[in-house]
Amino acid sequence: MIHKTRNDKIFDTLNTVILSLILIVVLYPLVFVLSASISNPLLVIRGEVLLFPKDMTLQAYARVFRDGEVLGGFMNTLLYASTGTLINLAMTTMGAYPLSRPNLQGRKVIMLVILMTMFFNGGLIPTYMVVKSIGIINTYWAMVLPGAISVFHLIVMRTFFENIPQELHEAAVIDGSSQIRTLWSVVLPLSLPIMAVMTLFYGVFHWNSFFNGLIYLSDQSKYPLQLIMRDILINSQMQDMMNLADESAVQQQLMGESIKYALIVVTSLPVLALYPLLQRYFVQGVMIGAIKG
Amino acid sequence: MKKVIPNFQLYLMLVPVLLFFGVFHYWPMYGVQIAFKRFSAMKGILGSEWVGFEHFERFFHSFYFMRLLLNTIGISLYELAVAFPVPIILALMIHEVGGKRFKKAVQTVTYAPHFLSVVVMVGMLATFLSPTTGVVNHLLSFMGFERISFMTEPGWFKTLFVGSHVWQNAGWSSIIYIAALTAIDPQMHEAAAIDGASRLQRIWHINLPGISSTIVILLILNIGSIMNVGFEKIFLMQNDLNIASSDVFATYVYRSGILGAQYSFAAAVGLFNSIVNLILLVAVNLTARRVSGNSLW
Repeated sequence: MIHKTRNDKIFDTLNTVILSLILIVVLYPLVFVLSASISNPLLVIRGEVLLFPKDMTLQAYARVFRDGEVLGGFMNTLLYASTGTLINLAMTTMGAYPLSRPNLQGRKVIMLVILMTMFFNGGLIPTYMVVKSIGIINTYWAMVLPGAISVFHLIVMRTFFENIPQELHEAAVIDGSSQIRTLWSVVLPLSLPIMAVMTLFYGVFHWNSFFNGLIYLSDQSKYPLQLIMRDILINSQMQDMMNLADESAVQQQLMGESIKYALIVVTSLPVLALYPLLQRYFVQGVMIGAIKG
Repeated sequence: MKKVIPNFQLYLMLVPVLLFFGVFHYWPMYGVQIAFKRFSAMKGILGSEWVGFEHFERFFHSFYFMRLLLNTIGISLYELAVAFPVPIILALMIHEVGGKRFKKAVQTVTYAPHFLSVVVMVGMLATFLSPTTGVVNHLLSFMGFERISFMTEPGWFKTLFVGSHVWQNAGWSSIIYIAALTAIDPQMHEAAAIDGASRLQRIWHINLPGISSTIVILLILNIGSIMNVGFEKIFLMQNDLNIASSDVFATYVYRSGILGAQYSFAAAVGLFNSIVNLILLVAVNLTARRVSGNSLW
């Protein structure tokens, strides 16, 4: 071990102090949103809530959960995220597994064809026109098909498959197992960690995405949650959640701000709560990608 | 079949995969030709007439061109100057922490905002910075300053964009550097300490060079995507009042193409953007290989 000098101790103290400040700066907005969402709206707007909630109430949450648009968006997002992630996993595996087998003829060429798409793409308009001309615009498919495979994740998964011992494949072949069967009953059971990472990455992507909805969907009834949230959070469109008849304009504005905070909590909490439990996997995913990428 | 073609089943698996890349990646590349045509939906891509560089010329001579160019490059360089070094410094600092629990706490907390959606991020900006009800303006007025309408002030746009990016992603981006730091041989530190090197000297002369190849690779990737400033966040932060400083190529393509249905013109703008990007990437990669010996290819 290295012996600590006085300067080292000063350094350590300074380092800890600065990192603690960073910790506070990152944490504060998150805590504030939570506190503001359960405080009396009037106190929030006046700036009296700074850290801890005051005069607690769950009114804003009641409005959020009663709102038809938010619930509809939530159901849509659940659908897009679940089917989308399943398609992502299936397609990424079907790409990554064959390309991880050293005896596959032409695998370099196929890999190049796939890698090229990381650097060249048609751009927004030509892609939009393709989605339009295959007739999936304004359908559920437009939300799950155009991003079915992420090249980056395919590389990560392929790297994982390559590290599974060759002997297992050979043993399976000697036992007369077909390639699809080998993948299904030998490789996949050994790949649960990478599948967890992929589920998380793709799942969070679908949960948070609004861009595809913005350009491909025109029916509001198909909008994902994030697109509904954009109208409320950024454009302050939330007439639906107000009792126009028996609330004054001031009361509505008050409630409006609280609803925003509550909505942020409701939509971000599932991901943020899951994340510390799964942090290990997320970080692993980034590392595997980094080593190879 | 199985006997005739070896690995038949593997190729079978690749069919839907290649179909996907064909339809959603290569078909749009083929469709880029509309940038040189006057596209009409009736005639289709092939039937539409060629117009050469007409759309490009119209774009270069338009009022928007300079504004889009300056904003795009301005936002990117600002981001590169601020958001690129912060994760490196953060990683170097986290690496020096002795206490395991404190280290873990810093990492967990700083990674977390990465998982917030763009909509939530911009929504938080809008509510925190609201001139009448936001907590930031309450603090400003409490300290005796004027209230500022941050979200509609063109002068604040770029700073808000870059600042919120750092808040949200600095922790997450530091992961890769922390990983590179743990790979450095601790014996180097011991040897340097025996020779009387201070902590800062050791960080400067051992840790920083130890992760320099990672830094260079990420720098190339960052510079190579200078023209690709994050469309989603800019789009969400953009409003009529700040547009002079927030309008970039990507948002212009969206407006003129998807909203205005000028497909050919918008495709030309998009193509110009990607070509500049590609040239930058190749040039930076070449420079990096000459100067530092590290490169993407």
